Order: sequence, then C-alpha cells, then structure tokens
Amino acid sequence: MSSEAKKVLTSPIVDNNPIALQVLGICSALAVTSSMANAIVMSLAVILVTAFSNLFISMIRNFIPSSVRIIVQMAIIASLVIVVDQVLKAFSYQLSKELSVFVGLIITNCIVMGRAEAFAMKEKPVVSFLDGIGNGLGYGAILVTVAFFRELFGFGSLFGVEILPLIQNDGWYQANGLLVLPFSSFFIIGLIIWAIRQWKPEQVEKD
Amino acid sequence: MSNNKETFGKTVGFVFIVCVVCAILVSFSAVQLKPLQVANKLLDQQTKILEASNLLEASGKDPKSIVATFNKYVEAKMIDLDSGEFIEGNPVLFDERRNARDADKSEKLENDPAGINRQSHDAVIYLVRNDAGVVETVVLPIVGSGLWDLMYGYVGLEADLNTIRSVVYSDHKETPGLGAEVMNPKWKALWPGKKIYNAAGEPVVNLVKGGAKSDDVHGVDALSGATLTSNGVTRTLQFWFGKEGYAPFIAKYRAANSNGGMN
Repeated sequence: MSSEAKKVLTSPIVDNNPIALQVLGICSALAVTSSMANAIVMSLAVILVTAFSNLFISMIRNFIPSSVRIIVQMAIIASLVIVVDQVLKAFSYQLSKELSVFVGLIITNCIVMGRAEAFAMKEKPVVSFLDGIGNGLGYGAILVTVAFFRELFGFGSLFGVEILPLIQNDGWYQANGLLVLPFSSFFIIGLIIWAIRQWKPEQVEKD
Repeated sequence: MSNNKETFGKTVGFVFIVCVVCAILVSFSAVQLKPLQVANKLLDQQTKILEASNLLEASGKDPKSIVATFNKYVEAKMIDLDSGEFIEGNPVLFDERRNARDADKSEKLENDPAGINRQSHDAVIYLVRNDAGVVETVVLPIVGSGLWDLMYGYVGLEADLNTIRSVVYSDHKETPGLGAEVMNPKWKALWPGKKIYNAAGEPVVNLVKGGAKSDDVHGVDALSGATLTSNGVTRTLQFWFGKEGYAPFIAKYRAANSNGGMN
C-alpha cells in the first residue's frame, strides 16, 4: 500500500476524526451507543455506505452536472442505505430491530455527504473508496469508545455479558442511570475531544 | 467538479440514468431479501410464544428446533373478540397492527385505558399442548401504551385461564435501564403463579409501586423508576382481560372445557 493511500485510510481515525475534529455525525453517535453490539453494527453500516458512496460518486464525478450534483449524491447515498437496511433485516433481525430508524438515518449523516462532496467529487475512485473506509473507521472508533463506557457503566455489561453485577441482579454495582440516556454521549465525546487535543495540540483552534 | 458543458437535456438524461440504476439496485435487494426477512420475523414471533409458554428452554435457541417445537406443540387459532368464539381464518396471515389501522377490521375504542386507539375485531391466540395433546398453556397477545410508544407482548396462562405462567414483551421502545426492565429475567420471574381475576371475576392483576406484598396473588412489583411504564402494563393487562378484551373468549373456553377435566 502506498504511503498516500495509507494516510488517506488512517488519518481520519485520530488526526482528522470526523466526529472529534470535524464534529460531524454527532446525532447518531448519541443514539446508537447504548451498547457495544449496536455501535459496532452501526459503524459497519456507515463504513460500507461511506466507502461505496465515495466509490460510485467518484466514478461518475466527471459526468455529474454541477447544478444537480447534491441530489445525485443523495440518490446514490439513499439507495446504498436502503440496501444496507434490507441486508441487516435479513441477516441480523434482532439488531435491526434495536437500531430501528437509525440505519435509515445514515442518509442524513453529515459524514457521508461531507466526504462525497469534499473528497469523492475531486479524487479518483480507489482513493475515494479508501477515504470512505477511513472516515467510517474514524466514526466507528468514537462510537465504540463511547459505547464501551456507556454499556460498561450504564448496564454493567459488555456485548450483553455481565461484567459488573448489578444490584437488581443481586450484585454490588449501582448502574449509572445518566449513561443509559442518549445525551450522556455528549459528555463522553467532549472528554474524548479533550483527550485527543491534549495528545495532539495542533488540533486546538486558534482564538 | 464537472467541466463539461451542461445542457438541459444532458442533465435530465443523466439524472434519469442515475435514478434507474438506483431503483434497480434497491428493488433487487428488497425482492431478493424478502423471504429471509419474513422468516426472521416469524422466527422472532415463534421464539416469544415459546418463551411465554415456558418451552424455550426445552427447545434451545437454534432456529430449526424453535420452528420444530412450535409446529409440534403450538396451535394458532383465530377468535372474534366480541363473541369470544373461534372463527375461520388463517392465523399466519393475520396482522394485528395492520388490522388496527383498517376501519373495516377494527373499531375505535371509547373506553381506551390501554391507549391503543383502535382495536382489531379479531385476534390470534395460541393453544400450547403437552406431549399427551392436552392444552397446558394458552398464549394471548397484548398491546398497550407504555411511556413512549405501544408495547407488544404475550401473556401465557395456565389451563384455568386465570393463573399466569409468563408475561413476555416482544416489542417496546421504553427507556433503557428503566421501563425497558420489562425484559429483565428477574422481573419476568415474578409473574408465574399470579392470578388475573378476583373472586368476582374482575381483572385485578396489577403492578404495585414500592413492591407487592408476598401474599398478594394479584400484585407484582412495579418497575422502579418507571411509574408510567408500570401503569401502562397494569392498564394493558386489565384492559385485555376485561370484557372488551379476552373475557368473552375466556368464559366460552372455560364453559366448553369444564367437563373435559379442566380445573
């Protein structure tokens, strides 16, 4: 793998993270991070949609009339999201039931649209595909981190397996009710952004 | 960005081609995956009904054995809720949620404690037999408002149609950690043995805030921190076992089976 391709693939994970630096895709990061399984499936769905929408849009980028480019991007993204939703319903019914509307709402995830408009409209298909995977991974990394804390301290479990025995199941751990609710992700994402910027001070905006 | 000259015809043509390709992709995946999705949904429903009749442990979680156990022991039958009589009809094709939206197949409730707005005229019930062919459990579907949305579930009754074997929710949108504790096995374990009706035949089963007394045969602990969900569960149960719900069916069923050695 060439160094440029590697950079496109890995830089969105920390250096140019779509959630932590670009602050895109926050809403779904709040909604689907109550358990690890949900977060991982959602991340996979976003990786697939971003990668393939980037690939297809990049393939036809020289033919898209600029007056209708947004709607064309939307049509491609929406079709991919429907396909992912159908596949999920067919092969992982329980998870699709829990994720419910949020898979459909990948259509409105700013990361997908943002990468299509900012990257795939200018770059070649293969590198666009990698950029899509990279940004999906960056999104997934934050989602899984948030879900780790929320599921561990909110439900005392990871992947549904009990780690901290809850009081209501005769254990000793009093679950943190705040972490069960979606908005607690704001605090965790905020702390993650703070941690990343301590580590990489160049991400801090100038006053 | 596009650098070719744009004309109206070219733009329309391009959009048309994109739409056709996308439409083919979407319809192909939807049609191809339909059978799998239908099977998944049915399996999910059968799993819940087996759970409500305490057969899930015996069958295991393997899809094949769930379907086999379901087909061996469970008989789905359609009933008319007003008369309580069995009626003809294909239970597999019955869809309560679709019927409840159809003005011809449902009625608007004037007295609507469960908050379901419209109730289907018909219902599907499940007779669960043992190896000797005797009905051991009757599973009745219920639906009612929780805090956020309708909660769908099943109540498994012993053959006296009064003693609860289980209350199993299959579909709900309650708050995780609070109302969603209706799925908690510890809470579900409180149900077996509770009675729905009092001596006067009124459905008095209910959730008790602060915890039910140990000698309370009609009361189960409410969910802590989820008063509205708990109220919803109580109202749903009292509605469905009242005269607008399964009470006519239960009366008819008891009368028909009273000389058959059932208690």
